[in-house]
Amino acid sequence: MSRNRPAMNETVLEAKDITQILGTGATRVHALKEVDFALRGGELALLMGPSGSGKTTLLSVLGCMLTPTLGSVSVCGKSTAGADAEELARLRREHVGFIFQSYHLFSTLTAVENVQLALDVRGQRGNDAELRACNALVRVGLADKLAATPRELSGGEQQRVAIARAIVSEPSAILADEPTAALDGENGRSVMNILSSLASESTRGVLVVGHDPRLMPFADRIISIADGRIVDERAGGTGVPRLRAAAGS
Amino acid sequence: MPLNFTLALRNLFHDRLRFVATMVGIVFSVVLVLVQMGLYLGFGRVVSTMIDHASGDLWIVRQGTKCFEDPSLLDAHVRDDVLATPGVKSATPIVIGFSDWRLPSGEMTPVFVVGTDLASRGLRPWNLTEGSIDALKADKAVAIDRTYYKRLGVSGLGSTADLRGRPVRVAAVTDGIRSFTTTPYVFADLKHARNYTSMPVNKISYLLVTLKPGADVAQVQHALGAAIPKVEALTPAAFRDRSRSFWLFGTGAGAALFAGALLGLIVGTVIVAQTLYSSTKDHLDEFATLRALGSSNGYIYRVIIYQALLSAVIGFCFAAAIGFAVVEITTKGALPVVITPALIAAILAVTVAMCITSALAAILRVLRIDPIMVFTR
Repeated sequence: MSRNRPAMNETVLEAKDITQILGTGATRVHALKEVDFALRGGELALLMGPSGSGKTTLLSVLGCMLTPTLGSVSVCGKSTAGADAEELARLRREHVGFIFQSYHLFSTLTAVENVQLALDVRGQRGNDAELRACNALVRVGLADKLAATPRELSGGEQQRVAIARAIVSEPSAILADEPTAALDGENGRSVMNILSSLASESTRGVLVVGHDPRLMPFADRIISIADGRIVDERAGGTGVPRLRAAAGS
Repeated sequence: MPLNFTLALRNLFHDRLRFVATMVGIVFSVVLVLVQMGLYLGFGRVVSTMIDHASGDLWIVRQGTKCFEDPSLLDAHVRDDVLATPGVKSATPIVIGFSDWRLPSGEMTPVFVVGTDLASRGLRPWNLTEGSIDALKADKAVAIDRTYYKRLGVSGLGSTADLRGRPVRVAAVTDGIRSFTTTPYVFADLKHARNYTSMPVNKISYLLVTLKPGADVAQVQHALGAAIPKVEALTPAAFRDRSRSFWLFGTGAGAALFAGALLGLIVGTVIVAQTLYSSTKDHLDEFATLRALGSSNGYIYRVIIYQALLSAVIGFCFAAAIGFAVVEITTKGALPVVITPALIAAILAVTVAMCITSALAAILRVLRIDPIMVFTR
């Protein structure tokens, strides 16, 4: 399967002039208003904002789960305009990895099977797929938990399995929705270190949605969103965590 | 093995209570269908057992005869006309009819007498366990089936009784010649059978025709039909089909069996559909996650289809085991359940079709899944 991987610092996800209206009638909400956003390869961007500000809606639009009411989205240079549900699924499959707040692991599958699933939906099966899944789990520090089911894992370990699932197919963009919200401080830092290393070691861009200020030191760029609009964009924290992660600590 | 198959397998066994409910539904349904269809086949065999065990190329029957037990009679002189037809080697007369068997207590019980020329191979009792055909040629000799000893008030070979006021002696015993009407068959020589059934000497029930070597069955059949009025010349297969058709569909028995099978299918489909649907609803998060991961709809459908297929195969295995047990139990009964390889294959196909149909509601539910729900749950 041929894939267009972006070169370092090329835009992997881009949203232009996005307006998103959700619901109808009395429940109609202007979730996003003329939003422009781009995620570049090699960066970890942090999208912050209060509850209901439009963070998750923007994540959904960028992740090809939601078709914007107005505006355009492109994934690795491919426009999503006119794409039907199956085509959007194909774009997700080929270019985007997701990490969810509540992990969304499959309770009846082992850790390695959960990770393999991301390859299986792409038609990649057999020993090679299993090996890749194992390697992904090793990479997130779960070499000794390959055969464990989610029930046998802690929250932090489950989130690391979810990260392994997101990276196993080597997507150009990783979208993480509040990945540390359900974790304690130590596990949260561990997860952010992994995400940070993912962004710094490849042409991959990582977008993390959250509202925890402790995430800020890990980000290259911090984007603030409020009431459906991007209201601020600035460079990330000290950069120390990024450097530390890159050094492998 | 694709992981969606593994997922289907694990999901199926994960909720054991639901799995058991699914299995009960499928097993109940399939056993019902299997037994009904097995009864249909068994009934079909039993109603034609005399025809199946007769040795001949053509049956000469009164025009419009519906089945072997039909009381229509032929004139005895028809035999001369039959023998005069080119290609006919022999024509063995057969007499059938109901009679009354007197029990030692003095009570009467109905029996069905089958009389034939025992010197010919026409329609003689088979599966003899005691006595012999030669012994049956003796005066007052009859053959009965061992399963009717109690019913007929006899203890075995050599027992005596009265048949329509005439003394008879059991000279041969058969095994497994049972009547679906529950009326015992009694075999006798042609001459005595007339007496037992009060059949006039100028009448017979059937002629069983054997053709000369090389004679064409269709040609002889046509010649007999043209030469002799008010009779039909039927091949054994045609007479068998006519008998089965009459008993199975003319009486409504077959329709009742099919209705029972259909009911089983409906019940099974509803139960499996309900359990698959509720299982799918319980795993909506997982299906939404799969969708978010970029799986195609087809990939998700296959999870549900695999669950349906696994349920079908596992349920069918249990049902087939029960079905074979029923066959074993009924094999010596008046109406055995018959399961053939073709029936097994057909019921497996029906079971799979039933479970796939049941999966439709679940698939329609999954069709409406919005992957965004992974962010809200």
